[in-house]
Amino acid sequence: MIAFWILAVLMVASAVFTVSAKKPVYSVIGLLANFVCLAGMYLELQAEFLAVIQIVVYSGAILILFVFVIALLSSGVRPFDVGPDRAPRIMIPATILAGLTLIAITVTALRTPSAVVHTPVGVTGDANAFGSVGDFGVALFTANLLPFEVTAFILMVAVIGVVLIAGDDDAVTGSRRKPRRPGKRESIVKDTVAR
Amino acid sequence: MSIGPEYYVVLSAVLFSIGVVGVIARRNPLIMLMSIELLFNAANLALVTYARVWANDAGHVFAFLVITVAAAEAAIGLAIVAVTFRRTPFVDVDEVSALKG
Repeated sequence: MIAFWILAVLMVASAVFTVSAKKPVYSVIGLLANFVCLAGMYLELQAEFLAVIQIVVYSGAILILFVFVIALLSSGVRPFDVGPDRAPRIMIPATILAGLTLIAITVTALRTPSAVVHTPVGVTGDANAFGSVGDFGVALFTANLLPFEVTAFILMVAVIGVVLIAGDDDAVTGSRRKPRRPGKRESIVKDTVAR
Repeated sequence: MSIGPEYYVVLSAVLFSIGVVGVIARRNPLIMLMSIELLFNAANLALVTYARVWANDAGHVFAFLVITVAAAEAAIGLAIVAVTFRRTPFVDVDEVSALKG
């Protein structure tokens, strides 16, 4: 109960900080706080495995990716953190839209029957309790095996896409540093398409 | 769960709304991507909440898939931002209009 309110306040505050921060690096800090609090929320909801995954994947991998990209971009010609925001003009319709979303979801949520809230699902920490690694693994590898394999496929496509987009900048996009050799890029692009 | 699921879902809605404001109002591509991560997380919170309500693991599996898709989306989105920035340094997504019809 207490934990929920502490985490909820922290999550909302960090989310507002993420969205309103001046520099992307500050946003990363806010997002990190948000993700850690969300992992705590998962623990409270007896989703132990997801809590660990949340920390590992989001706080570990995705945020580090953001930090690296910010670092790389900031080393360029002009600082990346001076985004001129057209906030005052577009903030009003954005806030109205978000408020409508909030009202819609809230009304729907409060109308949902929640009769089975107190379903006993075993003690957190038990080997085969609800949300534990064993329980999650059984659910993932039996009934949901196909979605799991699709996940692997999505990750493979993402890796190939990232390598193709950002890997060899001379071949795919043309480098800013080296002098452009006319004809080479076109032929390589054509070659890639042909393959 | 000592507290009703409505609280979790309303919290998820609040986080989603904050993320929507971020995506629409901010023009910095990195902050927009981070707001999209906020949206993913808000949806995940609702999924996990209802998985707990119905004591059904399918919600956990689906949240797992969402995390995977979010990772792929972040990787590709950041790659696009990096490549675009290398071609023409920009800090405002509206400056990138090469594909405008």
